[in-house]
Amino acid sequence: MIQVESADQFLKQVSGSVAEGERIRLCIQCGSCSGVCPFGLWMEFPPQAIIASLRAGELKPLLDTDSIWLCVSCYACTNVCPAKIPLTPGLLSSVKAEKLMKSSVPTELQDALVNARKYGNTVGESPRKRADWTADFTVEVPILAKTKKPVDVLWYVGDYPSYHARVQQVTRATAKIFKALGVSFGILGPEEQSDGDVFHLAGERGLFELLASKNAKTFEKYEFKEIVTTDPHAYNTFKHEYPKLGYHFPVRHYAQFLHAHLNRLRSLMKNKLEARVAYHDPCGLGRANDNHIYQEPREIIEAIPGAELVEMGHNRTTSICCGGGGGGMWLDGFAWEKAGTRTSEWRILEAVAAGAQILAVACPYETPRFDDAVKSTNHAKDIVVKDIAELVADALQG
Amino acid sequence: MNIAVPIKFVPDLVEEMEIDSSTGKLDRTFMRLVPNELDEHALEQALILKERHGGTVAVITLDTGDVDEALFTAVAKGADRAIKIAGEGYAEGVTSHACADLLAEALKDGSFDLILAGTQAVDDLDGSVGALLAAKLGIPYVGYATKVVEAGGKVVATKEYPGGLLAEIEVSTPAVIGIQAAEKPPRYVVTSLVMDAMKKAKIDEAEGAAAGLEGAAEITGMRPPEAGKGAEMIDGDANAVAEKLVGILKEKGVL
Repeated sequence: MIQVESADQFLKQVSGSVAEGERIRLCIQCGSCSGVCPFGLWMEFPPQAIIASLRAGELKPLLDTDSIWLCVSCYACTNVCPAKIPLTPGLLSSVKAEKLMKSSVPTELQDALVNARKYGNTVGESPRKRADWTADFTVEVPILAKTKKPVDVLWYVGDYPSYHARVQQVTRATAKIFKALGVSFGILGPEEQSDGDVFHLAGERGLFELLASKNAKTFEKYEFKEIVTTDPHAYNTFKHEYPKLGYHFPVRHYAQFLHAHLNRLRSLMKNKLEARVAYHDPCGLGRANDNHIYQEPREIIEAIPGAELVEMGHNRTTSICCGGGGGGMWLDGFAWEKAGTRTSEWRILEAVAAGAQILAVACPYETPRFDDAVKSTNHAKDIVVKDIAELVADALQG
Repeated sequence: MNIAVPIKFVPDLVEEMEIDSSTGKLDRTFMRLVPNELDEHALEQALILKERHGGTVAVITLDTGDVDEALFTAVAKGADRAIKIAGEGYAEGVTSHACADLLAEALKDGSFDLILAGTQAVDDLDGSVGALLAAKLGIPYVGYATKVVEAGGKVVATKEYPGGLLAEIEVSTPAVIGIQAAEKPPRYVVTSLVMDAMKKAKIDEAEGAAAGLEGAAEITGMRPPEAGKGAEMIDGDANAVAEKLVGILKEKGVL
């Protein structure tokens, strides 16, 4: 990739960067994108203003600000665009790519990028420790490099589910469900690398391609029927982006997988929950690439004995991002400095207003982000955050 | 101004350090080597000077193993040349005196106006390579610099002293400056540019003399730090721990 020098050149690059990218010419400047953007208010150039600037031949002012790093790649703008311009994967990630080419990136995110390139994970941990969560665990979790046996499910665990203490609880819950269902599964352990989805959307396409090629090479070594992911980002990128690089693997998010086994799960879930549960739609399962996996997670929650599903004001296509996407996971300090607000807190307030006692999630970024927001909004007495896998696993026990 | 930046490779602390019981030294089996952080700052400062005043930047390292990717990354960031010196015994680690000898030999032709090196490396915290190198080359040395400015054929280095004191020291070139921190954190370079550098750039390889043992400290034993006895570990769930902690703080009169 060569650094662009003019607005026209940049427009051409956006047009070619993604399928239907040329639709950028169809923008009618309605401003819906900037209005729906959770951070549009604080961006010097929200999406519609970026296009206006480029049409006016102005590239420099656009690249001189760093407010593009407020974009959390949540696809809210893309979802409402009447001209169907691929704003998130095309326009916004291209602006980020230009900023990265100029080495203009907040240091918080830079660290995550360096870690992913160096260690294959964003958290800066040794790759050798990737399967440490399986140690002293009651469920046997086969590592494919050791067992060398074919499995039905290659479980792609992901960075946070492997390393983050809170999200490891979700990972263990998922393993318990697999065991209860008698699923033949295995993990990659130290061979697994970051899926790369957030880097793709954060404009670091070279890093995305590097990680994708490493993961694809590893997947090809083993015999399995499908990949099941803990992380919606991994699901989204394996399904839509890896095939563009020639890597084709059947993949489901674990919510889809559990939904397919719902009749069995119904007979196994005996413990009562007795709580009102609101479900937060993650961007990667919902708006991204029109995945629209809205119903399956809700039906899983409704199948849990005693659980009462309640809806927040923003749900399904209008769900508000937890703030972690597109690199946002590593831009908390930056976003707070620029905007002085956190979307994760808005979400907790919505869930409490909807009368929920549990906020159910299905993305590994969300448990820690919403746990923090529960505390910072002073609602620790009112609501707890649980991954769907934890709710199901809790219902299984006893 | 033509600038050379020596880079030392040190153990990456992301892996646990283990001691090989048979040799009493660090076990290098799973050791991952990374460029010393302050050398990365030296490179950043060199690139900043090049952007401001023109000239060239060359990175130079002893081949202690797995150095190529970091050298290509330096080229992707803007270095013009990467030099790797291979020689007997380098992989086991090279003492500061031997390192200075080998670098002096490689840099003695005088084609560099400035040598920017990290002030010290995290593995031994010895901090003497820059000064030894300057002495061997017979040129000035300023260590602990946080800024380097070119001024009329000379350079002014801002040197940090303990207690928050800063000094501006003017030195004639060629000179060696030990960098404590660059003016800004080391830059990010996108993966595609690193890949390009790997395809297109060439690492100049040279043979160096065997690493000597002059100035080497004799290691008589190595062991992990022992946990002190003064700490009390509080076990239990978060609520129980918090309650106990509040009790202790009250008892000590803090609350």
